[in-house]
Amino acid sequence: MGRKLLFQHIDKPGIRGLEGYRANGGYRSVEKALKTMSPEAVLEEVKKSGLRGRGGAGFPTGMKWSFLAKPEGVPRYLVVNADESEPGTFKDRYLMERIPHILVEGMITSSFALGAKVSYAYIRGEYFYVARIMEQAIAEARAAGWLGKNILGSGFDHEIHVQVGAGAYICGEETALLESLEGKRGNPRIKPPFPAVKGLYDCPTVVNNVETIAAVVPIVNDGGEEYAKIGIGKSTGTKLISAGGNIKRPGVYEIDLGITCDEFINSDEYCGGVDGRAFKAVVPGGSSVPIVPYEMFLKTPTGENRLMTYESLSEGGFAQGTMMGSGGFYAYNDAQCIVRSTWNHTRFYHHESCGQCSPCREGTGWMEKVLERLEHGEGRTEDIDLLWDIQRKIEGNTICPLGDAAAWPVASAIRHFRDEFEYHVTHREKVKDPKHFAREPFRKSAKFATA
Amino acid sequence: MSARTRPITTTEGTKPFSFSEAGLAECKALMARYPEGRSKSALIPILHVAQAENDGWLSVNAMDAVAHVMGLRHIEVYEVASFYSMFNLHPVGTYVLDVCRTTPCMLRGSDDLIHHLEKKLGVHAGETTKDGMFTLKAVECLGSCGSGPMLQCGAGYHEDLTIEKVDSLIEQLRARNSRTNYTDR
Repeated sequence: MGRKLLFQHIDKPGIRGLEGYRANGGYRSVEKALKTMSPEAVLEEVKKSGLRGRGGAGFPTGMKWSFLAKPEGVPRYLVVNADESEPGTFKDRYLMERIPHILVEGMITSSFALGAKVSYAYIRGEYFYVARIMEQAIAEARAAGWLGKNILGSGFDHEIHVQVGAGAYICGEETALLESLEGKRGNPRIKPPFPAVKGLYDCPTVVNNVETIAAVVPIVNDGGEEYAKIGIGKSTGTKLISAGGNIKRPGVYEIDLGITCDEFINSDEYCGGVDGRAFKAVVPGGSSVPIVPYEMFLKTPTGENRLMTYESLSEGGFAQGTMMGSGGFYAYNDAQCIVRSTWNHTRFYHHESCGQCSPCREGTGWMEKVLERLEHGEGRTEDIDLLWDIQRKIEGNTICPLGDAAAWPVASAIRHFRDEFEYHVTHREKVKDPKHFAREPFRKSAKFATA
Repeated sequence: MSARTRPITTTEGTKPFSFSEAGLAECKALMARYPEGRSKSALIPILHVAQAENDGWLSVNAMDAVAHVMGLRHIEVYEVASFYSMFNLHPVGTYVLDVCRTTPCMLRGSDDLIHHLEKKLGVHAGETTKDGMFTLKAVECLGSCGSGPMLQCGAGYHEDLTIEKVDSLIEQLRARNSRTNYTDR
């Protein structure tokens, strides 16, 4: 049983309200930071903790904070990215819904470290009811003096606002989010300048994921060194993993970074193994990370047990590894068709491309079209190479990472399941039945060679 | 969403629009939340208010009213409204059923759920039933991947759906016959 830092009190009665949260040690980090620490000392603890951005990129949070420009007389902002839209990811919703005050607390403590008098939580529009829960928590915190002027007599002022989006995956990209928060289309900005220098309203801004900011609470309470004791190497602390797909126990789990992938997917404490049939493939970190065969998820290229860490999941590079991503985990059983799933992924990226960069705008639509015909038994052998060619021409050629995110699922599907794509060309009549593999699983072993 | 064309309609919905008193007060409160000169930040929240007050969709008249209240050019409102997939640019039914179709839900049976609803309601995804009761939309990931297949109706998430559960939901909604909005409390 791993340590619970964010979920420690999540099942306590009344934890959603201020009273219940406070009764379980809530807002201690604000007291500690504002009364006994300097902003620099808080930053130092975050640096020592080794905390990495929990939204998907895994960038060290302390380093991101230290890049924040501090020109005299210019306001600075903290913006919390609660746009959670990466397919497979529902951890932030779970956290905000059940223990909203941990985010409010994290935002106050973090804003103190950053010198931000105002912070925003940008919540995806579909989570309107979650935004209401957050607004309620903020109102409670304000009424109790945790927000407002001169908090705890420290001279630090802070206000938090909740902003709702309106349905756009791209707004999870930090500069698109800032554009959206300014009341514009969610078109990512060209970087540099980075938000740390020129972000919201052209002011220095830190954009962090919900879980990242929540993790600041235990880091300040117990110290960065204590946090860093959990985990392995540069993967410190705990991570929320939202698990779905064909597993027995879907849900959100707080894991110690460093447990084995086998334990995570098969033990009854977490996913509980496959739902029925046999496992076929895993997407461990949201739809943008490479899909890998089940066996490859369990073992590294050298035959070691693969671990749930940033480093171990990506061991073997793109040829034989994947990524931690956002922690949006989903597993496939052998009734599923990889071509159908890849078509579905690609339709998503086509739908969500903002349209600024032609490789992404045109390439995602083109891939969707080709994959749709393959899945429906109308594909040609050369379509597989065509797909490979298109995804390569998207990757690295766009302003924001959505292009890469659209390319990787296609590349990895072809890399590891090329024979399944070929089957769709050679067995056109069979694949016209949308449940082709549910009736008769595809049994040929996956190839690991790069196409 | 924007890679696909979402034309602004000019032929539908000539009905005039003006905010209710409460709606107008909410708009003013939203605009006051941001720093001096940055009230445009309230555009998306205000479009949600307008949509809720205009039978669940944004007509040109509704968007023009938003532009007027916020002191924006019309195009600044149109270009934002047409970018975000929760803003309906055509009339919708009393209930909009947003059914998630993205991969994690697909693994848990969303294709079957969508087909069932298409058959039951007699429409394709994207269409509204003849009686104006339901608009069926197949939408992208709603962040309910461990509890799929699912759909959103108004502010509510309906999760772990089975054919039986969704049938009974449809009957309940039909019997209640009152509009739901994303902004419902």
